[in-house]
Amino acid sequence: MLIANGIEDEDKWLAEGIAGIQHSAFYLHRALDSNNLREALKYSAQLLSELRTSRLSPHKYYELYMRAFDELRRLEMFFKDENRHGCPVVDLYELVQHAGNILPRLYLLCTVGSIYIKSKETPAKDVLKDLVEMCRGVQHPIRGLFLRSYLAQISRDKLPDIASDYEGEGDTFMDAVEFVLQNFAEMNKLWVRMQHQGSLREKEKLDKERNELRDLVGKNLHVLSQIEGVDLDIYRDTVLPKVLEQVVNCKDELAQYYLMDCIIQVFPDEYHLQTLETLLGAFPQLQSAVDIKTVLSRLMERLSNYAASSPEVLPDFLQVEAFTKLSNAIGKVIEAQVDMPIVGAITLYVSLLTFTLHVHPDRLDYVDQVLGACVKKLSGKAKLQDSRATKQVVALLSTPLEKYNNIVTALTLSNYPRVMDHLDAATNKVMAIVIIQSIMKNNTCVSTSDKVEVLFELIKGLIKDMDGTSTDELDEEDFKEEQNSVARLMHMLYNDDPEEMLNIMNTVWKYIMAGGSKRLPFTVPPLVFSALKLVRRLHGQDGDVAGEEVPATPKKIFQLLNQIIEALSVVPAPELALRLYLQCAEAANDCDLEPVTYEFFTQAFVLYEEEVADSKAQVTAIHLIIGTLQRMNVFGVENRDTLTHKATGYSAKLLKKPDQCRAVYACSHLFWVDDQDGIKDGERVLLCLKRSLRIANAAQQMVNVTRGSSGPVTLFVEILNKYLYFFEKGSPQITTAAIQGLIELIKTEMQSDSSTSNPASDAFFASTLRYIQFQKQKGGAMGEKYDPIKL
Amino acid sequence: MNFIIGAFKPACHISVSFSDGKSRKQVPLKKENGQTLMVPLFQSQENILGKISIEPVSGKKVEHNGIKVELLGQIEMYFDKGNFYDFTSLVRELDVPGELYERKTYPFEFSTVEMPYETYNGINVRLRYVLKVTINRGYAGSIVEYQDFVVWNYTPPPAINNSIKMEVGIEDCLHIEFEYNKSKYHLKDVIIGKIYFLLVRIKLKNMDLEIRRRESTGSGVNTHVETETLAKYELMDGAPVRGESIPIRLFLSPYELTPTYQNINNKFSVKYYLNLVLVDEEDRRYFKQQEITMFRLAETS
Repeated sequence: MLIANGIEDEDKWLAEGIAGIQHSAFYLHRALDSNNLREALKYSAQLLSELRTSRLSPHKYYELYMRAFDELRRLEMFFKDENRHGCPVVDLYELVQHAGNILPRLYLLCTVGSIYIKSKETPAKDVLKDLVEMCRGVQHPIRGLFLRSYLAQISRDKLPDIASDYEGEGDTFMDAVEFVLQNFAEMNKLWVRMQHQGSLREKEKLDKERNELRDLVGKNLHVLSQIEGVDLDIYRDTVLPKVLEQVVNCKDELAQYYLMDCIIQVFPDEYHLQTLETLLGAFPQLQSAVDIKTVLSRLMERLSNYAASSPEVLPDFLQVEAFTKLSNAIGKVIEAQVDMPIVGAITLYVSLLTFTLHVHPDRLDYVDQVLGACVKKLSGKAKLQDSRATKQVVALLSTPLEKYNNIVTALTLSNYPRVMDHLDAATNKVMAIVIIQSIMKNNTCVSTSDKVEVLFELIKGLIKDMDGTSTDELDEEDFKEEQNSVARLMHMLYNDDPEEMLNIMNTVWKYIMAGGSKRLPFTVPPLVFSALKLVRRLHGQDGDVAGEEVPATPKKIFQLLNQIIEALSVVPAPELALRLYLQCAEAANDCDLEPVTYEFFTQAFVLYEEEVADSKAQVTAIHLIIGTLQRMNVFGVENRDTLTHKATGYSAKLLKKPDQCRAVYACSHLFWVDDQDGIKDGERVLLCLKRSLRIANAAQQMVNVTRGSSGPVTLFVEILNKYLYFFEKGSPQITTAAIQGLIELIKTEMQSDSSTSNPASDAFFASTLRYIQFQKQKGGAMGEKYDPIKL
Repeated sequence: MNFIIGAFKPACHISVSFSDGKSRKQVPLKKENGQTLMVPLFQSQENILGKISIEPVSGKKVEHNGIKVELLGQIEMYFDKGNFYDFTSLVRELDVPGELYERKTYPFEFSTVEMPYETYNGINVRLRYVLKVTINRGYAGSIVEYQDFVVWNYTPPPAINNSIKMEVGIEDCLHIEFEYNKSKYHLKDVIIGKIYFLLVRIKLKNMDLEIRRRESTGSGVNTHVETETLAKYELMDGAPVRGESIPIRLFLSPYELTPTYQNINNKFSVKYYLNLVLVDEEDRRYFKQQEITMFRLAETS
């Protein structure tokens, strides 16, 4: 309510002020129309008196000021024309000073002053100097700022700049510079002083009001930058030091922030580059609350863009040692501003890094230096808790990755991992993922074990549990996602040299071993496959010269693999391990290493026996085993027999009859390998098939007993298909009679009353019969073979 | 009616004219009735000469016991109004007793008249110069005519004219140092100076420079003092901080000032002061008054 009233009151006061101005303006116009100087002075002073109010906020005051400003333009036109009032400008200059109130007096003085300069009856610098001095009389911040802003406005086009009308006869652009600098300094003082008017409660409001006025102050800097005469030398020797002196001495955060930014934005980049030391020297002297990081960041951003704008300027950057200077300055700022939150410091480093990457893309040592400085700042502190700070660190670490598109470059930065050490576990993970993504995106190959070591050191947040974080809290899905990234990463670790590749794998193994049971199921498979790839590559080379010491042999790798897979036992993940063993067995088989292959199978079988308990899992596992075993060609008779025997044994011991049946008929393939030198033992094939047939029968009966109807004939049809397969492959033990018998059996089963029809098995059977029919009609050897079968 | 008016009408018309009346500078003089009229300006040691013409109302004769003209310098105190003290009195007899039938003109001359004091119109005191023409008529009552004129005396610029510089303050509250470029100013002078704030612990609102005139009349226990603020000139708006220096530039020409008068004929004195007034936000006034000497500089035209 109070505030609402305040605003209403302000509107009322503004309205009163405007009315007052309009009232005086009426009489002023009349005086001007009748060329009455005395009256004109009287009413203009009266009009300007409205600006003496203290009750308006800057915003409203501005409105009032603009009204008065318009009227002053008319008055100026009148003053300009001596014929109208008959008073020489020099006398006029005195006459307006008779006004008793200072504010109207000074507005009038400025107005006449501008005409006085224009008349060139006296050197411009004298008038300017007098005006800027006399304006000291107004010490009220808002009124003073507007008055001086008026002075700046009316003098703007009358500065004795180079090649301007007002240069010469003792007036040089330096006078213009002096004038603007002085006005700037005074305005800044007034602006800063606003801060101390009013209670703390109003601070927020004050800050807002001050922000509304800041451009009045900043305008001076803009004018300075527009003065032609201000070349680099003048800027460096006069303008910049004086402006900075003001900025530093005012000890006001709002002003310092705005003005530093203003300097950076208003003057040319080239000047900044050449005066970097001076400019940067001011930063550590600013108040600790000043948002230096933003300002410095903008400076570096500008310089970065400047560097990017044309390659010709790059030598300048080197010549002035821009990087060193910026780096030093940042160091000093951080040192000086003890209270600066860590996020501020890091933001600065991010900007510096961006600058470095733009300007000195070839200087990795600079990048490392920046990171090193950051480490120094972070060291001795607890891990970062501030989320904004960690975000900045992530930015800091991501920037080089983006720039170089190559993690390998980042890996050579010794300080990179040290920075990461200061992140909390969660952020560390985020960063690790960023790194991995960068690698994936750019398809970067990490090719030495050293680099792998560094890399894993960087992403260790993903690889193992960090201290103090409990894994229970982790989101399952996130965890999977993370571990999948690690798994993907492993395929990017590659070297053509087998020895180095082995080293890499050893390194990786060393790291993932520490990952604990939750991670191993994710990390072991890619490592295993990567190793197998290497094995196959070595084998393919054929260049193995016996006797020579070759560090990376398939044997050694298999030993490693054994260890790796064994590690899964702690998880436990028997099914996964089993699959991996089988994969290894296949690879070993390809390398003609019988004992190794045998060992892998043994491991697989042991797992099957001891660990795989679930019947479904058993079915899957046994089929995998059979499939793999079938392809083995390295084994001698004895070993093979042992393994096949085991496999068939397991098959027959499955829990469900249909599973048994299927596993057993699958085992038949173990005895018939369709290769040139493959085993072709028709006898045992038949044995298997017969056995499966028996089991199918038993299954059928069991269904009959339990349900009162016979089950589907699917199993029989499947067995029939196996018969047909081996029949076609030419196994002598598979006779047409046997096939014929099986067909009849199926038909009988299907027709029995108790059987329930099953469309799937019916269709399966029908298409099998169609196939036989087709083969019969095909003629040739196959046709003849099929001929005896009657449908 | 006409008869009655005619009866109270002066029997003759007296006019005074100065021989250099056309070229002599005229200055405004405020009369008792508030009207301002232009009168000739003289200074001390000048010759005052001219003509007095007396013209009887048509057809009448004026009998008289002699005609004279007096040059009077008078001081009138307002508590003793109407009672003039003549500090200067010179007489010239114009005619011996006789009769006047027609217009008659008499030349007169006062040579190198000593007029040490300036014409002054104060609050409690008035100093004037006048030419008084008297036609002495015995029983019928004398016919008297006055002609005012103004005397200004010019002073050469003083050989020594130091600036006024002073540091004043209230302990731990406000310390300022001010400087006026001179201690003696002529009437059309400009006061230049500055105020330097050494310590500001109070919230000032504004600062004015006042010109005050102190007129003291009488002497001893009967001394009567009147102070008048002739100018109030705002020097500063708002609250300065330590280290600020505020310029002063005050043109004296717009104000009606006189020179400083020191003990004029033991009757009165007029002194001038510059009063620096600082006003704080609670409208408390802090001031420092400083006497300045005013003098009249010969105008070089």
